[in-house]
Order: sequence, then structure tokens, then C-alpha cells
Amino acid sequence: MFAYIVRRLLYAIPILIGVNLLTFMLFFVVNSPDDMAVSQLGEKYVTPQAIAAWKEKNGYDKPLFINGAAEGAGAITETIFFTKSLKLFAFDFGRSESGRDITTDVSTRMWPSLAVALPTFIVGIWVNICVALLVVMFHATRLDRWAVFLFVSLMSISYLFYIIGGQFLVAKTWKLVPISGFQAEGQAWKFLILPVLVGVVAGIGSGARWYRTLFLEEANQDYVRTARAKGASEISILFRHILPNALIPILTGVVVLIPSLFMGSLLIESFFGIPGLGSYMLDAIKSQDFAIVRSMVFIGSILYILGLILTDISYTWADPRVRLS
Amino acid sequence: MARASAAGLLLLGVALLSACGDPPWNNPHPPVTDDLLTYQSVMTPSPPKHLDPAISYASDESLFIMQIYEPPMGYHFLKRPYELLPAALAAFPQVEFLDEQGAPVMQDDPDLAYTRYTLRLRDDLRYQPHPSFALDAQGAPRYLFANASAGAQYRQIPDFPEVGDRAVHANDYVYAIKRLADPDNASPMLGFMSQYIVGMKEFSEQLAGISRDGWLNLDEFSMRGLTVEDARTLSITIQGRYPQFVFWLAMPFFSPVAPEVDRFYHNPGFEERNLTLDWWPVGAGPFMMVKNDPNSEIVLQRNPNYRQDFFPSEGAPGDLEAGFLQDAGQPIPFVDRAVFRLEKEVLPLWTKFLQGYYDRSGEVHGNTNGVFDQAFVVGPDGVEVSGELSEHDISMSPDVKPGIYYYGFNMRDPVVGGYSEEKRKLRQALQIAFSTEEYLNIFYKGNGIAAHNIIPPGIAGHLPGEAGVNPYVYDWVDGAAKRKSIDYARQLLVQAGYPNGRDARTGEPLKIFIDVQSQAVGNTSMNWISRQFSQIGVQVEFRPADWSRTREKLLTGNTQIFSHGWLADYPDPENFLFLLYGPESPLECECDGSNNSNFLHEEYDDLFRRMRVLPAGPERDALVARMVEIYRSEAVWLYAFYPRDIYLNNSWVYNTKRHGISKATLKYLRVDDAKRQKMRKLWNQPVTWPLYVGALLLLALVLPGIIAYRRRQNATARNQE
Repeated sequence: MFAYIVRRLLYAIPILIGVNLLTFMLFFVVNSPDDMAVSQLGEKYVTPQAIAAWKEKNGYDKPLFINGAAEGAGAITETIFFTKSLKLFAFDFGRSESGRDITTDVSTRMWPSLAVALPTFIVGIWVNICVALLVVMFHATRLDRWAVFLFVSLMSISYLFYIIGGQFLVAKTWKLVPISGFQAEGQAWKFLILPVLVGVVAGIGSGARWYRTLFLEEANQDYVRTARAKGASEISILFRHILPNALIPILTGVVVLIPSLFMGSLLIESFFGIPGLGSYMLDAIKSQDFAIVRSMVFIGSILYILGLILTDISYTWADPRVRLS
Repeated sequence: MARASAAGLLLLGVALLSACGDPPWNNPHPPVTDDLLTYQSVMTPSPPKHLDPAISYASDESLFIMQIYEPPMGYHFLKRPYELLPAALAAFPQVEFLDEQGAPVMQDDPDLAYTRYTLRLRDDLRYQPHPSFALDAQGAPRYLFANASAGAQYRQIPDFPEVGDRAVHANDYVYAIKRLADPDNASPMLGFMSQYIVGMKEFSEQLAGISRDGWLNLDEFSMRGLTVEDARTLSITIQGRYPQFVFWLAMPFFSPVAPEVDRFYHNPGFEERNLTLDWWPVGAGPFMMVKNDPNSEIVLQRNPNYRQDFFPSEGAPGDLEAGFLQDAGQPIPFVDRAVFRLEKEVLPLWTKFLQGYYDRSGEVHGNTNGVFDQAFVVGPDGVEVSGELSEHDISMSPDVKPGIYYYGFNMRDPVVGGYSEEKRKLRQALQIAFSTEEYLNIFYKGNGIAAHNIIPPGIAGHLPGEAGVNPYVYDWVDGAAKRKSIDYARQLLVQAGYPNGRDARTGEPLKIFIDVQSQAVGNTSMNWISRQFSQIGVQVEFRPADWSRTREKLLTGNTQIFSHGWLADYPDPENFLFLLYGPESPLECECDGSNNSNFLHEEYDDLFRRMRVLPAGPERDALVARMVEIYRSEAVWLYAFYPRDIYLNNSWVYNTKRHGISKATLKYLRVDDAKRQKMRKLWNQPVTWPLYVGALLLLALVLPGIIAYRRRQNATARNQE
């Protein structure tokens, strides 16, 4: 397994280079270094000298990909792409265009993201599995059909509706919790109830329907009939027989998300005022802060690759027949 | 399973309810642990990027640094037109005019080469407590580190256990100006101020050639135009005459920066932990920064070393009646702490304000529809607060900004540009067809004033009433300005060579192209504009682009009609009239000039040069009036308006008068905390029935499941069949 993991990690290097190249190209298709300078310097008295000084200070005074004026390897190394990308692979994210240290910001902001994403993730999976198993228990009854109708309806509603509706009802009309905000110390839970509730409810439709499909596939297997014939209770059949056998597809969809939980949610964080990495990314895009965008995409790619490796490893735990080679 | 789930949820619900404690439960603020009077407000929609006085040049940043720093000059809080006053200075700067040899001359002397401003500081200026001023037993700076690891335990300013302070020296102001010139700081003022402050350009070039490792002590380099006379006196010498320079002294760029503060922030490893002057400002103003979490909140606290300062005893007409002089003569600031929370979305901001958790709303613009519709109704007397807000006794503080938004003609464009009579008539016809008043009512909910003048209200040169009407677009009828008729616009179009909107020579329809910033103008707005011009048979094509592309077009003159705006740096007509000054045209100066219309008018430019160096008075007013007349008769802009925004105030906040130029107004705000607590409790009683209904609903869902499950478990094989 060790050799497998090392090989997968080595595969990650070209993937990361590719992702970085793509991000770089997409960003500079719509923005030039001059645009970035103007965005940072403001709209008044922006002289060409000020723009040139900003570009020099922030390392954007070189060509993007090929430096025709440089000799030898310098044609590649003395470019914005090379100088900005190389540091990423050493996990040196540098400073944002407004001058803040990105590593410090990321390490500070990942915890609020996790504080929302982790409970949403765990409670969401628990609720979805429970609801799906309940529906499977009443398969082919009127309850099952209404449940599927409800799931599809819930899936069809925009995520924004859940957020604004939740804020309007729970926080504005009923005044049960603060409408937004976050406190790292003390009463953080008070601020997490609503975003977690919204996240869980918004995910029930698609999640429970997906698990129902998986469980139904297993519920028709011979071993389930055998267990029932042996007199096992329905609860026992669902949790001790069906659930473990349906784990492989569940793990495929779930484990890959675990590392990405650090990255937070763009919408939830923005609407609920959670100072996490999701809103960090959104703000960076709005303010054309390429240093942050590049770093966040890089971190996101690494976490996704890590998630895929963890998924593979989790297969061996869920099904002893699986061997990684 | 289901039983366990239900029981678990019920237990969780009970636990949460009991943990909530006494209502209100929705208070977003942390529990109060001290008796400091706190003002609660917002920063929206994003945190400030720069707080270094050499770099910061945005109004949302001024909200913070103008409370922390004290520039030499300031503005009277209440008086209008805006009145400049000494702030950190003991008196107005002493002004001397000098010739090339430095000998004094009269201000109208043709040999005049320089103007010297001598600034005498107050004797009670003292910096806020800060670790950069802390000294050890030997009197050496307490926090200077040889390497990054030595000070690694300090991640924020409050982490430093020891602080110190000291009096503000004249050299600190000189040091701050040198920082403007330091190319390492990339100050937006460098290019502009280098034209005026003697020796600034050379100083900057000298520093650019120096390799540096860590802190560079700017005291070791001198700038010709700066002199420290003694501990409390400094002089600044500028090229020629530039009376507006005194206004710049009221801006944060000229706030003092102590060299030891600059040195402190250049400690190894500090920059990596965001311990910079750009993030932790150090000043002698009424407040100091005690928390800077750009992700959630910025907290200012009263500077214990702030000088003696009192609420003004005089105001503008009507201020007494409006209650703005209730606190006359009282020592300020009134609040001990100010918390600014980051709010990116409108609904949370608005809800918290209505729930009483924010004392003021932040700026509400007429074009932020969601909020505006909830907050205001447009009645016969203009904008009024809605019923919900009236119930909460919320007041509004409107403010016509000293700024102007406009659609300008490119005077070099072959179709709409030019200075012939036909071209002037064409532009005037287009001006008449565009009903600015209707546009503002529809798209800004009336929050703006149609501009007859390039100079906005509150600034010398803006005349109210009949004397201030643009006679080329309006008539004065029954005591009010009335836009000329569409028929008249059609006549002008005929005289311009476009009868019925068609070129008389070719028969081609007249089509104009408007470059708009895609984020600023929606489809509805574009459709409305098209309809306006279709009244006179003119077709319109919009060319939406982002700001970067629009800026490129302006720099190259590749536009016909463009949208733009200007907010004043200081309340002087020069700061608006320069928007049409010939050398400011980007095509003339090959720079980011402000005359985006590329208006070139010999008389106007000559008047501007004369007006710029004249002191306020009738002679200057006459020149300004003539320039305004040229602006009107040449019809340089399609339309223009003065933007208006509104702050909403809860009833426990006092002294809420807005100041269009200065943001240093936090020290005047007063809050009645007892009333605030009472109203918050009254407005935020939780509605608990949904919790019980939710629990019952859950039970109603789970119970049939349990019953069905038990029935199935207990059923015999025969029954099952």
C-alpha cells in the first residue's frame, strides 16, 4: 500500500502543475498586471509610474510565460508564471496583492470554515442515512412514494432560498438565533446553529434520495432475505447488513469531501458572515487578488487529491477483498 | 433507531433552549465584560485594504484611519459650507511667499518661486500607548529583535505586554512626508505631491537607488522642502503658489508617523505575521486600534492620551433646531469603544440594524433596491422612512456628497465632439432629451440631485435657485427649474444638421455609442435611456465593459460617451473645475488624467490657471462663474448628478450630522446605552412556538414509523400475507 500511496503522490505533481497553469491562464485572460495594479492603487492619481512601481514591487514586471529578453533558462524562469508557481510547490504562498501574508490568513481562516463544514457534514450524513433507511424500510408503500416526491422537491429548490428563507424565518421573524456572525471563543455554537441547520436541510433531498437508491439495491439481495428468514429484526438488517454492504459507494462520495471541508462554503460563509476560507476566496476573486486565488486553487487541488487517496484507502477498510497495488 | 433519534433531538432541543439563557437569544455581540460605552457599527461590503496613512486613499479606509491619526488640519463638524480648521496645529499655517533665492516676496510678485508653510503644533499632542514606544531599563526600545524567531510569540499588537508613549514631534510630520516619497511604500500621492513639495522627486529617486535590508531610517536623508524648526514647528516649502495645499494638510497622508514606529514594524518576521503599519496604525487621534480582524471586526478604543477636544459651540443654520448643538462645549469623544463588524450581505445587515444591534445602518444608496424599498417611501416631500422604521423611531441622515457622477462626451469624437455651433446644438439636444430628474427618480429612488453646475452644493461656486440654473437645458418657471421641451430639442437637432435624428447630408440615422461599466448599469436602465433618445429620433448602442477596459478606452480616447464620477478630495471649486482642464486630458498628458472628455478650451484653461492660485474672494468667484458658463454653453457632459446617500440612525444615537469631506466624526457621536438596552430587549423577544410545533411535527413523522415498525415486527406470517 505504501508504494501505491507514493505513486499516487508523484502523480499529483503534474496534476498540480496543470491546475496551476490553467488557473494562471484563466486569470490573465481577463486581467492584466496593469489591471491588478489599478485595482490595488485605487482610481485617483494612478500614474504610469505608480503602476510600474507596484508591478515591480509585487513581481508582475516580467512577461507572463516566455521572457524573450532573457538568455538560456532565464527565458522560462524569469517569467511571472515560473516565479509565482515555484514558490507554491514549496508551500510558500507569499503575500496577497494588498500585502497580507497568505499562509497566516489561511491558517487563521480554516478553523471557522471547519467549525461550520464539519458539523454540517457529519449531521448531514447521519440525517440522510437515517431518513434513507427509514424510507427503505417502507419501500413500495405510500410513504415511500411521498418521500421520493419530497426529496425531488427539496432538490429542486435553490440553495440561496434555504439560506435566505432560514435567515428570514429563524433569525429575523422568530429571533431565535443571530442572523449572522461568528465568535471564535465562547458562544460560537449560537452562530453555527442556523448555517448548519440550513446546510443539513438543503442537503436532505439529494442526499437521502442517493442513499435510498444505494440501500434499495442492497435490500433486494439474497443475504437480506436470508437474514430476514433467520428472524433478524429490521433494525438489525438495516444497520448490520445493508449499511456495511452499501459503504463502498457511500465512501466514494463522502471521503473525498473530508479534506475539502477546510475550504469552506462560498455561499454559506458569505451570507452568514463566517470568516472562513470560502469567503476568503470569494473576496479575492472580487478584488482581483491573484496571489490568493492561485494559492487557494492550489490548496484545494492538494486537498482533493488527498481526498481521492483517502477514498482508495478507505475501500480496503470497508471491504477486505480490496487490495491496493 | 427512530425512537433514539427523536429522543436525541428532543434532548438537544431542550439543552439548547436551556443554554440560551435569558432573551434576547439573537444578540450577535459577545457578552459585555466591562463598562465601556460601545458604539456598534458596520464595515461593508469588504474590509479596508490599507491603513497606512502613506498608502490609504479610499473612503472606507478613512472611516478608520481618520479616527486614529490626526493630520495638521481638520474640518468644522457642523458648519456649511465646509470650514477648514487647525486640528493638530495650534493655529492656521503661516504662509510666506519666496523668490528663487528664498527672499520673501508679495504673493502677486512675478518673481515668486516658492510658498513656505510653517506649521506650529499644539503642545498637548501625544501618541497612543503602543509597544513601539516601550523602553527597557536602559532607555532603549524594548521590542527590537535580531531575527524572526526572537519575536515569534507576538502575533498581534495586543500580545505585547509592555507599551509606551511619547509626545508628537514636528519631525514625525516630516518623517511621514518622507514616507510618501519612499518608493518602497508606493504611495498614490508620490506622483502628485512631487509636483509641489520641493525636493520630493529627487528624494524619491535617491531612495530608489539604495539597497536595503530591513528598516531604512529616513531621518538620515533630507528633503529640500522640509525643515524641522524645533520640536513643535516644521515648515514645508512648495513650488510656486498652490493655495489648495492647505486642504491636503487635512488628509491622512500628512498625519505624523514616529520613526520608532516605522522601525518597530520592520522587525524581522513581523511582515509575515501581518504586523505592519498598513495593518496596525499608530496615531495621536481620538481612538486607537485594539483589534484588527479583517475577517470579522475592527475595534477602536478611546486613546487615553488624546488631546483636549470639545464639541463645537457653533453650527450651520438649523443645527440648533435639529438638536446638533445639545452637546456644545462638552469634552469629546463621547464613546469609549467603536466596533465595526464586517457585513457582506444586505439581509443580515439590515436585520441586525432593525433589531437594534447596530446603532447606525452604514451608507444606504438609492440604487441598493432591496434595502431601500424596505426602508423608505418616496412621498410628495421626497424620501421618507417607511412605517416599520418610524415605529422604531429611526431617523435618517441624508448627505449630498461633494461629488459628481456623469456621462461625458468625448470632445475629440467626430460625431458628438468638437466646438462648432452645430456640435454644441447636437450635444444640447441630447442633454435636453435625457431627463436626469426622471432617471434619478426611477433608478436612484430620488437620491441624487440633477446637476446644473460642475461644482456640487456646499462648495463655493455652486449657486442655488434661479442664479444656479443651466439656461441651455432648463427654463426657470414658477420658481423652479423646468427642463426645456422635447420639441425644442428637436429644433436644436435640425439646426445641428440631424432633422428627425437623421444626418441631413447622408440620410443615415444618428446613432450614439455609450460606454458603460457593466456592473453599474442594468438592462432596464439601458432600455430607459434608449427610449429617452428615441423621442428625438436618435438611436443608442451601449458598449458595456468592466472598469479596466473602460479605463483603457478613456486613456486612448477610444470612446464617444462614457460614464464616470468624481468625489472631492477637498471642498474647493478647483477640485472640480480641473476635471475639464486641458492639460489633464489623458491624450495631452499621456497619463491617467482627469479630463476624460478631452475638453480643450483656451479661455477655460487660462481662467483655470488664474483661478487656481487666487485666494477665495470676489475675483476668484468671477473666474469660477465664467468657467461654469463655458461648461454649460459647450455642453461637455450629457448629464450629471450629485449623489446622495443616507445613514439611518437608531433613536439612541446623537450628533449624527454627516460630513461630506471628513470622516473624522466618530468622536462627536453620543450613544444612550440605557435606552439601547431597553429597546433591544423589547424588540428581540424570541418567538418560541415554532420550536414546539417543530418538535410536534417531528414526533408526528416519527411516531407512525415506530408504530408501523412495531406492527411489522410483531406481525405473524399469516397476517403479513
